Amino acid sequence: MSVNWVLAWRNLWRHSRRTWLTVAAMVFCNVLLVFMISLQLGSYQVMINNSLAMVTGHLQVQHRDFLGDQRIRDSVPAAAQLAEQLRTTLKLESVSARGQAFALASSEERSFGVLIAGVQPQTEALVSSFPGLVSQGRYLQPGDSDAIVIGAVLARNLKVDLGDELTFLGSGRDGSFAAAIATVVGIVDTGINDLDRGVAQVPLGWFQETFAMGDHGHAVVARLPSLDAVPAAVADVRGQIMGHSEELRVLDWDALQPGLRQAIQSDLVSNGFMYAVLVVLVAFSVLNTQLMSVLERTREFGVMLALGMSPGRLARLVAMETLLMALMGLALGLLLGALLIWYLAVFGFTYPGMEEMAARFNMDDRMYPQVSLPALVWGPLTVFCFTLLAAVYPALRLFRLQPVSAMRAV
Amino acid sequence: MAGGSGVIVVLAWRNLWRNYRRTLVMLLAIATGVWAMIFFSALMRGMTDQMVLNGLATLPGEVQIHHRDYRRDPSVANSIDAPSGELLAALQQPPVEAWAGRVRVPAVIASERDSRGVTLLGVDPDAESELGSLPEQIVQGRFLADSDDRGLVLGASLARKLDTELGKRVVIMSQDPQNDVADRGARVVGIYRARLASTEEQYVYAARNTVQGMLGIGERVSEVAVSGGDYRRVDEWAPRIAAAAGTQLEVLTWTQLDPFLGSMLAMQDGFTVIMMVIIFLVLSFGLVNTLAMAVFERVREIGLMQALGMRPSLILYQLLLESLYLLLLGLATGNLLAWLTVKPLESGIDVSGVAEGMEMMGMGTVLYPALAVEDMLMATAVVVVLGLLASLLPAWRAARLDPVRALNKT
Repeated sequence: MSVNWVLAWRNLWRHSRRTWLTVAAMVFCNVLLVFMISLQLGSYQVMINNSLAMVTGHLQVQHRDFLGDQRIRDSVPAAAQLAEQLRTTLKLESVSARGQAFALASSEERSFGVLIAGVQPQTEALVSSFPGLVSQGRYLQPGDSDAIVIGAVLARNLKVDLGDELTFLGSGRDGSFAAAIATVVGIVDTGINDLDRGVAQVPLGWFQETFAMGDHGHAVVARLPSLDAVPAAVADVRGQIMGHSEELRVLDWDALQPGLRQAIQSDLVSNGFMYAVLVVLVAFSVLNTQLMSVLERTREFGVMLALGMSPGRLARLVAMETLLMALMGLALGLLLGALLIWYLAVFGFTYPGMEEMAARFNMDDRMYPQVSLPALVWGPLTVFCFTLLAAVYPALRLFRLQPVSAMRAV
Repeated sequence: MAGGSGVIVVLAWRNLWRNYRRTLVMLLAIATGVWAMIFFSALMRGMTDQMVLNGLATLPGEVQIHHRDYRRDPSVANSIDAPSGELLAALQQPPVEAWAGRVRVPAVIASERDSRGVTLLGVDPDAESELGSLPEQIVQGRFLADSDDRGLVLGASLARKLDTELGKRVVIMSQDPQNDVADRGARVVGIYRARLASTEEQYVYAARNTVQGMLGIGERVSEVAVSGGDYRRVDEWAPRIAAAAGTQLEVLTWTQLDPFLGSMLAMQDGFTVIMMVIIFLVLSFGLVNTLAMAVFERVREIGLMQALGMRPSLILYQLLLESLYLLLLGLATGNLLAWLTVKPLESGIDVSGVAEGMEMMGMGTVLYPALAVEDMLMATAVVVVLGLLASLLPAWRAARLDPVRALNKT
């Protein structure tokens, strides 16, 4: 058997330039795929984690009607207490209760409708990245009551500064008239206009009092260490609230922000399409090479057949040649791809126009690839398989070879 | 030698078909590559158009005229007089196709159940209809009849969140120039649907004169939106409007109003070229290989031709021509394929399965690929230019063969 391998190896180097070019095509495609897939997966991770960190968190407990309509009366009873229970259940500090209500916020000069969120200052800082983005003043502290933190755009539109007072008019949970005054203690600047226009956070207790919420909130939000921990945590929390109330539901990030997974899916599909084209093109290149190498050896194969070698063994020889070539492509592609990814994982990657894009999709303005085995081997392995497939046609031709006419072929 | 080049043309063509299998495989590869280039650019162009059009629909118009301070402080205090004099004359000249003055102020809308912060648009239905900025679809009731209509038109999503419906009364509150709250009750006369749910939740339509009356601002408006038809050519006429508007007003094009949308166009062009070059690079290995093989099998023949007095440059031409034929045939097939596959899809690909994801990227639930002649020409140019460049190396090597050695090669 080892004679065959030696033969196959030597045959490859009869046309070293052709072999190298074909291997180079594979390597190029492999490196490209490794690069694109790793970067893509890396950016998804960042996109998911960043946008979840902004507001949503990894999972929330809500009233079952709240997600769709966000009405003030679809609330969670004893929200702060529930948050405390979940902290124990999940063995995590990063669980926080929230409430939200619409109100007309007025400064001395301007009025705007805003969505006011009541938060637990201490734990909110563990759940959301807002508290860390305070650009002026400070974030809410435990013990605050009529204090408010607002977004930079909202502050500009309302023409208020630190220390100014804002008046709120709205309606409470029971439909009563709600009015209150709070002092601006901090201004958050996320750099994302839509968010900076919408943020208005007050302490949960003050919020409940103002909007006649009693001990109710609208959501208990948990931020987990990683995406992988979500399913288990959802199950735990579900077990916990089961006896609590019929009205409550546990929602994971996918249910809370369906757009996120879908955006990723559609991106995966369209990119997958592109990768498939690249792989097919490489397969064509290999097909051509192997076809040539079979055709030019027609006489040689004729002689071998005449000497009693079976067509099957010849086909195996061609298959082995392809396998060796594909293995070279795979090994070199993986090596170079891994080096590239390692470099990018250290230094990051950026391209012109990415900053605007990054701001819109809550991303860092540098991308770091995902360093993982699947991201690394997925592309090269596909190329490898298609390369082997491409050799089927040239190998099959051997079975149709007639020794006598083959030996006479030019 | 005049006849010489004629012979070369025929020779190159015949040479191409000496090994028809190889040529066909390569042809197939080039056609697939070209098809993919055009198909992807059509998809990308379609997506970009969608994003820009959706963006423009909420802007609206390709050029907007505001008070200098309006964008920083979108209050009614920063409104402007309805266009007159020189500006009016400029607005009535082509290529301006339509313009509309509108009141656009932040407001709070309250039903008996709930309240929300919205943007109140005081519009003139006729002018808006010419501008193409009316809601896409009225699903219940009617749109505003004229500028004096007393009713309100809400988005379907907003109506659901407010727990209100057609025919019910709601209260709309905003601020007048003296910073007092101006409010009035109004009946919901129509419910509209937009491409994006966020649009439905943000914009509430009322008649312009009614809003002006409520706010006590006479004939003043917040913005004048101007459209000239083709959003890609706005820079040609925007400066004229700016000159006519004078220095007191701020005249901005959509690329300045929404830098993200503007950068989309540049990004699309950039991505298209990068994608084409990547596909070509993968293709080029096969191309060079094919040509190198063609030269290799003809070494003796080329040696003979040289010995008989054919100039090296003619050999170079011949091989380049051969490559050019191959490229052109592949291009023709690829372009035709792309045309055949994209044309039927131009009526739209349904992607409602990932609707929320598409919305995150500012797109609707239907993808409309847009086949553009520019993209086909671009693909052709990329393939021909880079293809000939890649062919230069094997062709140049063939032209430099030493006749004596070449003739003696077995």
